[in-house]
Amino acid sequence: MIAYLVRRLLYAVPILLGVNLLTFFLFFVVNSPDDMARLQLGERRVTAEAIEKWKADHGYDRPLLWNAGAHGAAALTETIFYQNTSRLFRFDFGQSDSGRDIGYDIRQRMWPSLAIAVPVLLVELLLAVTLALVVAFFRGSYLDTWAVVICVAMMSISGLFYIIGGQYLVGKLLRLVPISGYDHGLAALKFIVLPVIVSVVGGLGGEVRWYRAIFLEEMSKDYVRTARAKGLTERGVLFGHVLRNGLIPILTGVVVLLPLLFLGSLITETFFAIPGLGSYTVDAIREQDFAIVRTMVFLGSVLYIVGLLMTDVSYTLADPRVRLE
Amino acid sequence: MTLFGVRFVFLATDVLLWLLAAIVAAYAWHAGRQEHLRAPWREVAKRPLGMAGAVVLAAYAAVALLDSVHFFPRVESGGKAALAAEAVSAFDVLVMPLKTHVEATYSAPLASYAYEKESVDLPGGGIAREYPRLRYGGAGLGDPAREHRRDVLRRSTIGFAAGLAAEAGIACLVIVAIARRRRSSVGAAARLVATGGAGLPWRAMLGVGAALCAFAGIAAALGPHYHVFGTDKIGTDVLYQTLKSVRTGLVIGTLTTVVTLPLAFALGIAAGYFRGWVDDAIQYLYTTLSSIPGVLLIAAAALVLQVHMAKHADQFGSLAARADLRLLALCVILGITGWTGLCRLLRGEAMKLREVEFVDAARALGVRHGAILARHLAPNVMHIVMISVVLDFSGLVLAEAALTYINIGVDPSMESWGNMINSARLELAREPVVWWPLAAAFCFMFALVLAANLFADSVRDAFDPRLRRDIG
Amino acid sequence: MIGRLLLRALPGCLACLWLVACGERPWNDPYEADTGARKIYYSVFQQRPKHLDPVSSYSEDEALFTGQVYEPVVQYHFLKRPYELVPLTATAVPAPRYFGKDGNPLPDGAPDDAIAEVVYRITIKPGIRFQPHPALARGADGSYVYHALRPEEIARRHTLADFAETGTRELTAEDYVYEIKRLAHPHLHSPVASFLGRYIEGLDELAQKLAKEQGTNRGFVDLRAYTLPGARVIDAHTYEIRLKEKYPQFVYWLAMSFFAPVPWEADAFFSQPGMKERNLTLDWYPLGTGPYMLTENNPNRRMILMRNPNYRGETYPEAGEPGDEAQGWLAARGKTLPFIDEAYFSLEKEDIPEWTKFLQGYYDTAGVSSDSFDQAIRLSPDGQPELTDAMRERDIRLLTSVQPSISYVGFNMLDPVIGGAEPRARLLRQALSIAVDYEEMISIFANGRGEPAQGPIPPGIFGHRDGAAGINPVVYTWDGRRPRRRGIEDARRLLATAGYPEGRDAQSGAPLVLYFDAIDSGVDTKPLLNWYRKQFAKLGIQLVIRATDYNRFQEKMLKGDAQIYGWGWNADYPDAENFLFLLYGPNGKAKFQGENASNYQNARFDALFLKMRSLPGGPERQAVIDEMLAIVRDEAPWLWGFHPKSYALYHAWYGNAKPNMMARNSLKYRTLDPDLREQQRRAWNAPRVGPVIVVLLVMMASAIPAWFTYRRRQRAGAL
Repeated sequence: MIAYLVRRLLYAVPILLGVNLLTFFLFFVVNSPDDMARLQLGERRVTAEAIEKWKADHGYDRPLLWNAGAHGAAALTETIFYQNTSRLFRFDFGQSDSGRDIGYDIRQRMWPSLAIAVPVLLVELLLAVTLALVVAFFRGSYLDTWAVVICVAMMSISGLFYIIGGQYLVGKLLRLVPISGYDHGLAALKFIVLPVIVSVVGGLGGEVRWYRAIFLEEMSKDYVRTARAKGLTERGVLFGHVLRNGLIPILTGVVVLLPLLFLGSLITETFFAIPGLGSYTVDAIREQDFAIVRTMVFLGSVLYIVGLLMTDVSYTLADPRVRLE
Repeated sequence: MTLFGVRFVFLATDVLLWLLAAIVAAYAWHAGRQEHLRAPWREVAKRPLGMAGAVVLAAYAAVALLDSVHFFPRVESGGKAALAAEAVSAFDVLVMPLKTHVEATYSAPLASYAYEKESVDLPGGGIAREYPRLRYGGAGLGDPAREHRRDVLRRSTIGFAAGLAAEAGIACLVIVAIARRRRSSVGAAARLVATGGAGLPWRAMLGVGAALCAFAGIAAALGPHYHVFGTDKIGTDVLYQTLKSVRTGLVIGTLTTVVTLPLAFALGIAAGYFRGWVDDAIQYLYTTLSSIPGVLLIAAAALVLQVHMAKHADQFGSLAARADLRLLALCVILGITGWTGLCRLLRGEAMKLREVEFVDAARALGVRHGAILARHLAPNVMHIVMISVVLDFSGLVLAEAALTYINIGVDPSMESWGNMINSARLELAREPVVWWPLAAAFCFMFALVLAANLFADSVRDAFDPRLRRDIG
Repeated sequence: MIGRLLLRALPGCLACLWLVACGERPWNDPYEADTGARKIYYSVFQQRPKHLDPVSSYSEDEALFTGQVYEPVVQYHFLKRPYELVPLTATAVPAPRYFGKDGNPLPDGAPDDAIAEVVYRITIKPGIRFQPHPALARGADGSYVYHALRPEEIARRHTLADFAETGTRELTAEDYVYEIKRLAHPHLHSPVASFLGRYIEGLDELAQKLAKEQGTNRGFVDLRAYTLPGARVIDAHTYEIRLKEKYPQFVYWLAMSFFAPVPWEADAFFSQPGMKERNLTLDWYPLGTGPYMLTENNPNRRMILMRNPNYRGETYPEAGEPGDEAQGWLAARGKTLPFIDEAYFSLEKEDIPEWTKFLQGYYDTAGVSSDSFDQAIRLSPDGQPELTDAMRERDIRLLTSVQPSISYVGFNMLDPVIGGAEPRARLLRQALSIAVDYEEMISIFANGRGEPAQGPIPPGIFGHRDGAAGINPVVYTWDGRRPRRRGIEDARRLLATAGYPEGRDAQSGAPLVLYFDAIDSGVDTKPLLNWYRKQFAKLGIQLVIRATDYNRFQEKMLKGDAQIYGWGWNADYPDAENFLFLLYGPNGKAKFQGENASNYQNARFDALFLKMRSLPGGPERQAVIDEMLAIVRDEAPWLWGFHPKSYALYHAWYGNAKPNMMARNSLKYRTLDPDLREQQRRAWNAPRVGPVIVVLLVMMASAIPAWFTYRRRQRAGAL
């Protein structure tokens, strides 16, 4: 298994290189260093000399990919691409175009993102599994039909409506929690309640329906019928067999998401002014801060690959019959 | 192209949308003649919820297709006939009063006065703040305070009745057709339809149809005289905006999967069929793409696109062409993320098919690879493509709204639900609250997505209940 | 099962709610527990400031912070109008002395071309000290504690608070001169360096020299070793600035942060290797002598200003303009500044939360966004804005003032269709000036918060005329009481004369299509752009919106490729020159990278501009300005747009709220009553728990039938 993991990790290197090359091209095809300089210097009384000076100062006066003027290996290394990429692979994210330490910002902003994402994941999982189990229990009854219709209806509402509605109702009309913002430590609690509720409600419909399908599939299997025939109560069947076996696909599905929790949610964080990595990314996109966007894309890919690995491992743990070759 | 004295323009998405409609029609014709394809679709057709959804989808599709025929109409200018400066769509012509009845600013649904007070000069000097009459909303009324309610009631009743009458007509046609085919009496056919025993769930379909017709009737009766959903900040009719948004939503929902389809199709099948280094290269490509979190990839690509279009803005003559290309490009970008999933699915399917006897036999007979791919593999993976289009549809319509919020969605000048929701965000903070643009966008979007979800559910259940997990 | 779960959890929940409800603070209080009673001013920032280093900071949102920290030699009087410069750290407002080519002093009225050198001699007050700062910390032996840090010592630190020791020293003339030299620094990017280089003697030369000698030096560039002829220290408290030519408006520049003092120690401290990588730069942590110092700079969440303990004790002005007394703005006369101890600025990106928090008492002041306008303000029968009852109930106050700025739509004069001086284009521009109805725009998009512009100069600045004499006759007529926009028929007639009857080229019959270049900032600009299209459509002209991103727009403007564009200008200083220079030919954007975005050029106008610049305020200057305005009104290079009015709302506990559109350092004059604020916050923010309980009960009730079904099945399953 160790050998397998090592091989997978090595396989990740060309993928990350590809990701990097892709984002690099995406950006510099259209976003010239001149643009970046202009954005940073502001709009009043900026001259061409000032732009040249900024570029030289930030290392953007090198050629993009191939330095024809240099000799030997320097033709490759004395370029914007090499300088940026080699640092990323060392997890040295360097400075954003506006001159802030990206690594420090990421470490700082990771926690608010997690403070929202982890409760959302746990509450949602607990609630959705419970509800799905209940619905599966009542399969075929009026409760089941209505639950499915409500789930589909909930899935058909744009997430933006949940956020707008939640802020309006809980924050403005009922005045139960601050409408937006964030604080550190325990004081964060009152700020995360609303975003967590909104996110959970927003995702609930889809999750319940999906888990219900898993449970129903499990219920139609032979061993469940056997168990029932043995005279087990419905409750016993549900908790003893269906839940246990149904949880395996659900949990392994969740594992792949775990590392991505760090990245936070772009929209929720922006709406609630939560200083997490999601709003960090949105801001960077809006300000066309190339260094940050590239770092976040890189980080996202790394985390995704880690998530896939964890899924593989969790499969072997959940089901001993699976062997990683 | 000039026809009937007007000059037609073909926007990229127009062409693709009609092409898609043609493909769907061709597929339906093809599927109708093949028993193994007809069986699962017959299964779909038996489900009342799914078919009700299909009726709603058909209504939306009709609006979108009509809205995808653009031309320059002929106008009188200085005594000479000339082409108008701005292209309109066939749908615009149909709802012309909605397009041209533009107020100064906000007005509530069905109002005849503006929503905000305005400074008015008094004859004696000095200024008063009062609610001005609307230019078009309730313009025919002498004294709105007295006549307004009665007029609205009268018109909507007429519209409602007309809508129901139309639906009754359709129902009659259906019943007569069933009676003909079954060679039974009309009464027996009517009973069959009412009890749901006529093969298709006609009761549900006609019921939904009645609701749609009634709504259309009321809107048509009130539309020319009132603003049914009010007007927005610059006085545009909100009903008109939501209707125009239908096309945007549908384009994103369908074309996204369709435009990247050739790529996913070709690469997926090639990877599964040829194996070896081809497979490795294609796998590397889609693993790389799919290892970037979707939203980030979309954001990065959309940003690039925006900058690119801005850089080459001069190549696009008109606003409509520009917005249209941006919409198409957005579809492509959204497709990049969906593409990899579909590609993986197709690769798996092709790998399975490759080992099937008739493919083996064809290879042994020395049929060229290209021919095998085209004749044996492609038709047999077609249903996966169809299903993935249907299943992805609702998610994409919803995605548009979210992306527009992060400022990487459709062109701001294009009507879309995302744009409407986005501006409505601020309107909710107004006092008194301006709720109708948000409500209108919500209702239309909800109806479409709900219908699509219900339909997709039926399709998935009929074809393969397990498929969802691999796609979703 | 769920029902039972809820039944068990409910008492616990209610107990929690009750406990919290009995606590001191409202549930929705977004601040720390112990802050309520302190004199803290709460406000917002929407975008994190990019630069707080005085050489690079130029925008309004940055001035919010730099204005409180840095002290230039002069400032604007807080109360007096028209705006007036008064000394801040200087002993007097500097006056220029003129010298001829032979070095002899010249009288004030000397002709411009006779002047070879202009000298400002500035003396600062003694005894002013910098804020406590680690860069100034010294050990017992007098050496700087933190100027020679090892990399591993820096690696542990991320904010200024991580440096335990601080120090201070007296402000000297050297610090002012040092900052002027920093304009030429090879690694600092001052937006005004090349502009000021035209005037300050030797600045450009110094920049070239520094680039050559220190271009590769990434460490401390000791500017003390370089001399700048244009800025020289005379003695510890006196220095001189020398200009190459006469520039009467230069004294206003001395009130901007570009001319604030910076101690060399700051550069020496922050340029140690490893500092910049930890976000420790002057751009993030300003160091000044002002009433406040920036103690927390977390652009992700909030910025905090704290009272500078070393502040010298400037006093509140003794006199203001008539009416200030009645407003209570003179009650504090002679008292020591500042009154507020701390200022918290929270990041707030969306308008809705910001406005809601203001109403809940969590922000002390607020602007009025267009969307909350009707909730806050109504117009009285005589057209004056007043607060709505909902606002009065909370004792919220309103102050309005016209901003010294203009928001306009410009025509690119280099464009073949719309630009140029020939009648065809000029008449087209005039027709459009009439057709685009700014009165409507102000009422739709700004709720009347603006004044349609009659020319480039806003009210309140010398050169602007009120009443019939001040109208733009191309667009307006005077009806005896106010200007009235000409009818659309006049515009159509002008358009026909120009050769485009009904918006079509008279010869070819092709429709006239114009292009509007705008920055695409998403949903908020959409209605406005559509509104412009509607306005042009009144004349049958199709307007194509070319919305692009910020960079592309700037690039287009620089190249002169735009056709019609939206633009604005905020006064650097309250002088007509600062607005008329936007139309001065040699300032053309495409050719000279100046601020004349329309690339307008008119020989007579340019000659008059030079004359106007050096004239003192008076009838003669007014006459010159009038002639200049007549020229540009006829040529119509801009749709003159409007001058925005600012409406500021503030709570009853916030005092000395008089708006000052020029002074950036007014926080020190404001007062606060935290007790009243605390009381009101509690009164306004009682949570409503009732509906939540009702919802929970309904959910439980809906579980009851499920419970019965469950029991039935359970029994059925057991059988």
